[in-house]
Amino acid sequence: MQPLDFLKESPSQTAGPYVHIGCVPTFAGLEGVYPEDLGAKMITGDAKGERITLKGRVIDGSGTPLRDVMVEAWQADADGLFNSPAETRGTADPAFTGWGRQPGDGETGVYTFETVKPGRVPFPDGRLQAPHITLWIVARGINLGLMTRCYFEDETEANAEDPILARVEHKVRIPTLMAKREGDTYTFDIHLQGDNETIFFDV
Amino acid sequence: MHNNPPETGAFYPRDLDWHPPALTPNYKTSVLRSPQKAKISFDPSLGEITGPAFGHNMLGELDNDLVLNYAQPGESAIGERIIVHGRVQDERGRGVANTLVEFWQANAGGRYRHKKDTYLAPLDPNFGGCGRAITDADGYYQFRTIKPGPYPWPNGVNDWRPSHIHFSVFGTGFAQRLITQMYFEGDPHIPICPIVNTIRDQAAIGQLIAPLDMNNSIPMDSRAYKFDITLRGRRSTMFENRKEGN
Ligand SMILES: [Fe+3]
Repeated sequence: MQPLDFLKESPSQTAGPYVHIGCVPTFAGLEGVYPEDLGAKMITGDAKGERITLKGRVIDGSGTPLRDVMVEAWQADADGLFNSPAETRGTADPAFTGWGRQPGDGETGVYTFETVKPGRVPFPDGRLQAPHITLWIVARGINLGLMTRCYFEDETEANAEDPILARVEHKVRIPTLMAKREGDTYTFDIHLQGDNETIFFDV
Repeated sequence: MHNNPPETGAFYPRDLDWHPPALTPNYKTSVLRSPQKAKISFDPSLGEITGPAFGHNMLGELDNDLVLNYAQPGESAIGERIIVHGRVQDERGRGVANTLVEFWQANAGGRYRHKKDTYLAPLDPNFGGCGRAITDADGYYQFRTIKPGPYPWPNGVNDWRPSHIHFSVFGTGFAQRLITQMYFEGDPHIPICPIVNTIRDQAAIGQLIAPLDMNNSIPMDSRAYKFDITLRGRRSTMFENRKEGN
C-alpha cells in the first residue's frame, strides 16, 4: 500500500507567563522594538458599522481572573466580510482589520477590544450565522490555545437561527457564549472551569 | 513570488492526541486552567478558514535580529550567537508563504525582560528578547539571536526549563493559529521538563527539538539550528459542500 505522506501538525506548548514579550512587547515594557503592538487597533479609519467595546475577564476554576492571559479576536466587518486573502465573496472594509490582540490587564485581568459589531456570515450550508466574534485564548497553564465565540445577547432573532448555537446539545450552556450589553459596551467573561464553563470549540 | 489563488479549503481536524491535553497535573498551573467539559466540534466555516494577513512592509530592518534589535549602537547582546531558520509548512508538506512568525525568549542567563520575572540572573542591557519574521514565497524564515539559558520556575521544588524559544505562528486561516516552543538538540533538561512532558508522544516532542545545523552555520561567527513548523493542512476546495444551485 502507498503511504499517505501527511506530516503531523507541530504540537502546541503553553504561551507561558511572558507571552507579552513576543506578542505585545510595548505592553511588556519593551518600547522601541516595534512602532506599536500588533493588533492593538482593529479600527484604522472611518470604519462602517456600530462601534462597540468588548471587554471581559478570563477566570480560572477558583474564580480568580487570569492576569497573564492574552486574547485574540477575529471577526467579520459590519457587512459580514473578512479582511483576509481567503475571503472570496468581496472586499472587506479597508478601515477595519477584523483582527485584534489584547493582554488582560496586569491587575484586574480585563481584556478590552474597541471594535465594530460584526455582520452576519453564512455557514457553509448557506444558513446565516448570528453576529459573533471568534476569540482565541492563550496563557500560562493553557497547553493548547482555546477557541470560543462571543455572541451578543440582544441579537435574539439571529441567535435563534444560528447553526452553531443550534448544535449545542446542552442549551443551558448557551448563555456562556452571550456577551451582555450595557450602552456601547459588551461584557464577555470566559470561565475555564466550573458550572459556568464557557463552551470551547474544536474547529 | 508564486501567484497562487488564496487557499479557502477547510482544515483537517486537529489530532488532539498529538497535542498536549488541557489537564496535565505535573504542570500545576494547568489544573485550574483546564476546561473539563467536552469541546464542541464543527467543520471550519468562513471565520475559521479566513485569517489576518501581514505584509513584509510592516517589518523593521532588525525585527529578525535579536542580537541587535534592543542593543545600543555599536553593542550587541551577550551569549552564544546562533541563527534559527526553518520552513513553515502545512500537513501536506507545502510551504506556507507570507505568514507571520513571532518569537520571544530569555537572555543567555535565563532571564526574561518582563516585570514579573524575578529570577536572580541579570538582565542584559543589550537584549530585549522579541523578534518576528514573515516567511518567503516558499515558507522559509530565519532570525539571529543568542542561545537562551535554562531557568528555574516555581512548579516542583527544583524544576528548570530547558533552553527554549517561544514561537507564535499565524498561517492563512485563524484555525491554524499556533503557539509552541523550540528546544535545542541534546539538552538534558528536555526529558525532565514538566511542560515538555505535557506532550505524551515522544515523536511529537521530537518535532519540537531543533538539530544543530553545521551546514548553515557561519564560520567564526554563529552556529545554526533548524526548526521547521508544521501547521494544519487544508482540504482541496474542488468538491466543497455547497448548497445546490450556488
Ligand atoms: Fe519560557
